[in-house]
Amino acid sequence: MARTVTTNRKIINTAAAWTIGLLIFFPILWTILTSFKSEATAIADPPVFLFFDWSLENYRVVLERSDYGRFLLNSVIIAGGSIILGIIVAVPAAWSMAFVPGKYTKDILLWMLSTKMLPAVGVLYPIYLIFIKMGLLDSRIGLTVILMLINLPIIVWMLYTYFREIPGEILEAARMDGATLREEIVYVLTPMAVPGIASTLLLNFILAWNEAFWTLNLTAAKAAPLTAFIASYSSPEGLFYAKLSAASTMAIAPILILGWFSQKQLVRGLTFGAVK
Amino acid sequence: MGKIQLKQVTKKFGDVQVIPPLDLTIEDGEFAVFVGPSGCGKSTLLRMIAGLEDLTTGTIAIDDADATDTPPAKRGLAMVFQSYALYPHMSVRKNIAFPLRMAKMDKAEQDRRIAAAASALNLTDYLDRRPGQLSGGQRQRVAIGRAIVREPSAFLFDEPLSNLDAALRVGMRLEICEMHERLKTTMIYVTHDQVEAMTMADKIVVLQAGVIEQVGSPLELYHAPRNLFVAGFIGSPKMNLISGPEAAKRDAVTIGIRPEHIDVSDSGGMWQGKVGVAEHLGSDTFFHIHDTGLAEMITVRAPGEVSFRHGDTIHLTPRADQIHRFDAEGLRLS
Repeated sequence: MARTVTTNRKIINTAAAWTIGLLIFFPILWTILTSFKSEATAIADPPVFLFFDWSLENYRVVLERSDYGRFLLNSVIIAGGSIILGIIVAVPAAWSMAFVPGKYTKDILLWMLSTKMLPAVGVLYPIYLIFIKMGLLDSRIGLTVILMLINLPIIVWMLYTYFREIPGEILEAARMDGATLREEIVYVLTPMAVPGIASTLLLNFILAWNEAFWTLNLTAAKAAPLTAFIASYSSPEGLFYAKLSAASTMAIAPILILGWFSQKQLVRGLTFGAVK
Repeated sequence: MGKIQLKQVTKKFGDVQVIPPLDLTIEDGEFAVFVGPSGCGKSTLLRMIAGLEDLTTGTIAIDDADATDTPPAKRGLAMVFQSYALYPHMSVRKNIAFPLRMAKMDKAEQDRRIAAAASALNLTDYLDRRPGQLSGGQRQRVAIGRAIVREPSAFLFDEPLSNLDAALRVGMRLEICEMHERLKTTMIYVTHDQVEAMTMADKIVVLQAGVIEQVGSPLELYHAPRNLFVAGFIGSPKMNLISGPEAAKRDAVTIGIRPEHIDVSDSGGMWQGKVGVAEHLGSDTFFHIHDTGLAEMITVRAPGEVSFRHGDTIHLTPRADQIHRFDAEGLRLS
């Protein structure tokens, strides 16, 4: 009896998980499908699901009209740069919080996270002005720094939780063995935390890649990443759904593929080190 | 050289005083064991000597040079941790080489020392394995190997055997003793196991609540415990402590008699009681005796096989010259 119950439950759970999964994935699927339709089919009522004339015409037009490669390169540089910069800042910060916590370490951690609860638009004006003054508007450096800053709390938090799992005695052993602080971090802590650092990098790369508020507001042409590439196809008239879909598909494809191949690392990253 | 001197050392965690002012000297080449119940501050004391824990006040001198503010790496001490604390991402060879690499020693000398340590510790066949592929005893050997290659002025052991099973523990205990005989280097060893303390130490430091209760050789502690705490802590099975009229008869508040210093017979002893549990070990027999009117239970260790059974009446005679007397404060009366 007991066994049947578990099997039934399993079926229900699996069905529910698939339903929710498909529901979440549906908009992405629809975008991909639409990208292969003609503009007329894209807005057809009732909507056409699979049976239409599949065509690559939209992709041809999009590639002809805009320089996809440049947007892609900007995305890679900005997202990649921001996580590398972030990790350089975050490793020492997380080290000190995890291994030599002070009276206010918990407060600082919470305070850092609280900045993520602030609507970004709240600081748009000051940041915009700072960027003008410093000549950072529409520059890759400026964008890299701002993305690094907005993801820094999450990077520090994630590393902090991973570091906490590393037994302090091992670091003490390194200290007894004559390692300086730098050697302790480089030769002992970092190699032990590689899986954690990898998931942190991956998750934050995705966050930085998808970040749209700052990338849209602080760029014009030179430093514009793929988010701006998508936005350039959403015309106010809204009549080019198929081309917008093609652009979107091209923008999300690299990150979707990356995510697919690194699912395991990502799950570990998203659960903040709770799953081993 | 490896003489370690602690002067008026104290330690506070927040407002809690873990170590009240404490003086202690460990001579060069000595095997000193810190023993005491858990939470007595013995590990904290060791970590303070290592430099992993700051002193609240007081000074530590190593070979007569002040080392109070010297970082752990510069003290010339090596430590073996309870959890072994091996570097999981490095092979055994790299683990052992790590302190040498940090000291920027030349490669040939590193290899020579690693080979010597590995052969002394039976690790030669395992040098290319990771710690995760080793058994507990082998990991402990690697941890010891990592400590000896540096040729430190003193070794610090923090309960190194408590994660091993009983048989391995006895073996490793011997190996550490032999290592001490061979190297003649100062060793400070922390344990809560008084048997380890008795078998290994030149000098035992008994600690309770951060206070040194007694310092002495194993036999000094056994024959002349300074107070009730040491009397009860050293020796196995524990010393029988008796208060009341029997103690008053001997001008003491409490008297103590070790289980091995009581003779048993089936008639005509000084005390009598009923046998509760009899533990037959072959070499000895332990009796737990009730209804003596002296204490809840009296433990007796009789040599060889003695055939008293549960419920039998047994007569006990303590050896007069082996009775320890204590006053109202629990201090030894001479």
